Amino acid sequence: MNLELPTISDGQVEILLSDLLEHYGYDFTGYSKASIKRRILRLYSLDKALSFAEFRYRINNDTFYFKRFVEQITVNVTEMFRDPGFFKTLRDVVLPKLGTYPFIRIWLAGCSTGEEAYSISIILKELNLLHKSLVYATDLNPIVLEKASQGMFAMSQMKQYSENYILSGGTNDFSSYYTANYSLAKFNDELKSKLIFSTHNLVSDHSFNEFQLILCRNVLIYFDRDLQHKVLTLFDDSLEGLGYLALGTKETLDFSPISPNYKRIPGEKIWRKIG
Amino acid sequence: MGTKCDALIIGGSAGSLDVLLKVLPSLDPALSFPIVIVVHRKHGTDSLLPELLSGRTKLLVKEIDEKEPLSAGNIYIAPSDYHTLIEQDHTFSLDYSEKINYSRPAIDATFQTAAEVYKEKLVCLLLSGSNADGVNGLKSVKVWGGTTVIQDPATAQVSYMPEQASLHAKIDHTLRIEHMAEFINLLS
Repeated sequence: MNLELPTISDGQVEILLSDLLEHYGYDFTGYSKASIKRRILRLYSLDKALSFAEFRYRINNDTFYFKRFVEQITVNVTEMFRDPGFFKTLRDVVLPKLGTYPFIRIWLAGCSTGEEAYSISIILKELNLLHKSLVYATDLNPIVLEKASQGMFAMSQMKQYSENYILSGGTNDFSSYYTANYSLAKFNDELKSKLIFSTHNLVSDHSFNEFQLILCRNVLIYFDRDLQHKVLTLFDDSLEGLGYLALGTKETLDFSPISPNYKRIPGEKIWRKIG
Repeated sequence: MGTKCDALIIGGSAGSLDVLLKVLPSLDPALSFPIVIVVHRKHGTDSLLPELLSGRTKLLVKEIDEKEPLSAGNIYIAPSDYHTLIEQDHTFSLDYSEKINYSRPAIDATFQTAAEVYKEKLVCLLLSGSNADGVNGLKSVKVWGGTTVIQDPATAQVSYMPEQASLHAKIDHTLRIEHMAEFINLLS
């Protein structure tokens, strides 16, 4: 991004966010300001908006552009087996524990384009647990879910993902999980047989089931403290006793009201519900 | 020099660790502002950097936690693989968006968000490095009235980054390594 001059003020950001809430019911007012402002500025310059007024008018009156706006101001960067050490703990500790249950329900909140959902499927399959698991992968953004449900990722990423997979304890040939299709790697249908992609907005939607494992990594960093507490309470309401909650590398349960009921797996951003 | 400083942000890439190791021991342990250090490093290799640097200074050195407030006299290290942003309420937020200049953390992201927050009371120092990250950030710092400083390219292990800065942004001070600590102490 090359921005030499501030083109949108903090006040104008507030205006856009309240428009979104009023016209479309999307509530971004609890998001961290610096990050969302950068996202908005990025889109403003990417789309070469002529003025703030024009930009605002377009968001409010052009449904297609509004969708683009929501897609672009939320961060959808993700990868397969990101932080391999985390996936290794899932494989070695968490999922084997859950494997003793007759049925495993997992919620992946903020799944974006689905790379983590397919990573989890691969581990479940290798642990021979896929047949009795169901992974609800949700995001507020229908466009990324559409992509996620296709299970096709850039071929150029496969080298990196394969390295991550091996570091996370995977021992199969990673390329056996997809077929190369020009520039895309299409992941085997079996892997998505237990994935349910669906819209869910952590800010405004309620709990919809009870889970034994909830993963929400690198989503809370975009929320202010109040919204973080609200969402963590939603997770607490959606997690069975002895279930696990997994957050991103730089996220924590420490300051939240639910933390007394949780015990952390040492060295990992994974907590078990004990209360 | 009379500059009143509310925050100092130091950005660097290849060849900058050496500079930090030389400068930190001479810093005044009672600095009246926070220092934020954003250096490129490989993801996954731990949090060795805060440990390494804290052995060189009496100031508290810590890796940034998200939502943490900036406090005077502390040295904050940007975590690897996230962008570090600074909020109007003088807290940090972290962001896992696209790499900028092939970098995450990107020095630009921290310089730019800090520029709007601290305005003329911000000082940004760009060290040795092999890409142009930080250059756009320094431009923003000037737009908002802050002070821009670079390592003298002649003293840099990799001179590209400070050279690019001097070509494309208005630079207030160019410092040799041995003058940096004194410069920083005088901002207090």
